[in-house]
Amino acid sequence: MDAILLIDFGSTYTKLTAVDIENEEILATAKDLTTVNTDIMIGFNKAYEKLLKNIGDKEVNFVKKLACSSAAGGLKMVAIGLVPELTAEAAKRAALGAGARILGVYSYELNKHEIEEIKNKRPDIILLAGGTDGGNKDCIIHNAKLLAEYIKDVPIVVAGNKNANDEIEEIFNSAGVFYKITENVMPKLNTINVEPAREVIRNIFMQKIVEAKGMKNAENFINGILMPTPAAVLKAAKILADGTDKEEGIGELVIVDIGGATTDVHSIAKGDPSKPGVTLRGLQEPYAKRTVEGDLGMRVSAMSLFEAAGTRRIKKYIPNTKYDIEERCKFLQQNVNIIPQTEEEYEFDEALGMVATEIAMERHVGTIESVYTPMGIIYSQVGKDLLNVKYLIGTGGVLVHSRNPEKILKAGLFTMETPNYLKPTNPVIMIDKTYILSAMGLLAEEYPDMAVRIMKKYIVRA
Amino acid sequence: MQNGKTVVIGVIGADCHAVGNKIIEHALKEEGFNVVNIGVLSPQEDFINAAIETNADAILVSSLYGHGEIDCRGFREKCNEAGLKDIILYVGGNLVVGKQDWKEVEKRFLDMGFNRAYPPGTDIKLSIKDLKKDLGIEE
Repeated sequence: MDAILLIDFGSTYTKLTAVDIENEEILATAKDLTTVNTDIMIGFNKAYEKLLKNIGDKEVNFVKKLACSSAAGGLKMVAIGLVPELTAEAAKRAALGAGARILGVYSYELNKHEIEEIKNKRPDIILLAGGTDGGNKDCIIHNAKLLAEYIKDVPIVVAGNKNANDEIEEIFNSAGVFYKITENVMPKLNTINVEPAREVIRNIFMQKIVEAKGMKNAENFINGILMPTPAAVLKAAKILADGTDKEEGIGELVIVDIGGATTDVHSIAKGDPSKPGVTLRGLQEPYAKRTVEGDLGMRVSAMSLFEAAGTRRIKKYIPNTKYDIEERCKFLQQNVNIIPQTEEEYEFDEALGMVATEIAMERHVGTIESVYTPMGIIYSQVGKDLLNVKYLIGTGGVLVHSRNPEKILKAGLFTMETPNYLKPTNPVIMIDKTYILSAMGLLAEEYPDMAVRIMKKYIVRA
Repeated sequence: MQNGKTVVIGVIGADCHAVGNKIIEHALKEEGFNVVNIGVLSPQEDFINAAIETNADAILVSSLYGHGEIDCRGFREKCNEAGLKDIILYVGGNLVVGKQDWKEVEKRFLDMGFNRAYPPGTDIKLSIKDLKKDLGIEE
């Protein structure tokens, strides 16, 4: 039978998913450790053998092999803008939506010290923005000059004031910098336009970054490493929510992915105020929004999670635990491969997952503030209102392998204790049981209708 | 016809009077200005950030609810801090409460660093005329 092989070269595991395209079913999945430091194909081949074994004695012909990757540190980016709350924030959101890991966000005119800092962070791509179209161009030109002089070997995506583009082109051409110019991330004040920059970032990722990370030889066997893994997840989320021309989507949704090092939240929703009389303020939010919390994780980031939450907040979920919260977090951070065995260990991990979900959701969603005016109280909203989102979906190893994903995800819901956070009130809670979201983001590149149908079938109520 | 000048407008403070602000936007656009309207409930920082990104030539602040004097304090100093050294600042609306002598009110706002201040009921055309003069636009 004809099948498609979908590959996720993750930071720890290389995960394979085989999809039967005739019956639209997941044939089998398999994983093995990623081996990017030696030859990425070693780990891949091990996983591939397991996959064939799992498929059994069926005759399978892989007509396409598509991959995404977050191996070798993922796609590391630095975002540069003018005002921190405006173009610098817009640039950051564009990079996050492209699936990047943000190493730093810089604003205003850079100085040599900051240039040195950027250089030392060794980003894969730099996103350079600044100014609305027709607005300020001194800043972006200043920054382009510094980059051209001191950081010649990092690809640069220019997505700032269009009036500055001619000059920037000259600066980069004469310095021999690899760059691509695209549309402004903030063409008008508070209006964002992140899709063109995301697309350019993805192209550079495919052309240059895959090779730079020693994954070129994988491309002899597969049809291409198309995007960073988080971008594949966001793509899957978007197509599941919106559907395609032929296949209906399920509507607005939020996806939570708790990992050892980070907690990602994706929301596919407009986020307009759901109550009348609320004034929306600040920079427009992307319809498909991704946030990454680098300090919230179950293992590598267990201590920073403790620092963000504190004992009381974690203890709220496990009031009777025998552990000292700080000590246990320290222990988990030092022993990242620990898998809980006893009831108490399970409970502790669950509590960490709940706190990570709670805080990551607080940071992702918009907030509402009451303003006292001579005309009475009025409400002002910043960010996305996700109160009425229909689905909350869990993915990632921690949730997929959890005994109680629903309980963990429920920690991310709206609560009257903190009513100013516009978190989902009563969504249907679902789980990506077979762990297929990133694979479906890849499949959607070639067979979008099928990707929607398979997700509807395999993403189930928690 | 565009006149090439960018103006940031908005309503400052905890003030949600939206209608006058729309009329100002409309009138300025008619006269060829590029208008960046940051809307109601806007703190000083939003005016300033908008002016930086859009390279604005002037900021027109509206205040209708009587607390304008409190909301506008330190505006010029913040502009100077943000590098908007010579940006033109206007303010207008119902700036203060009670029956106060306009001359004195105006003086307080000019002392705060506003280039011009307008009393209640001023025709926007008058302010635009002043703005064109201050920006060196030929009528």
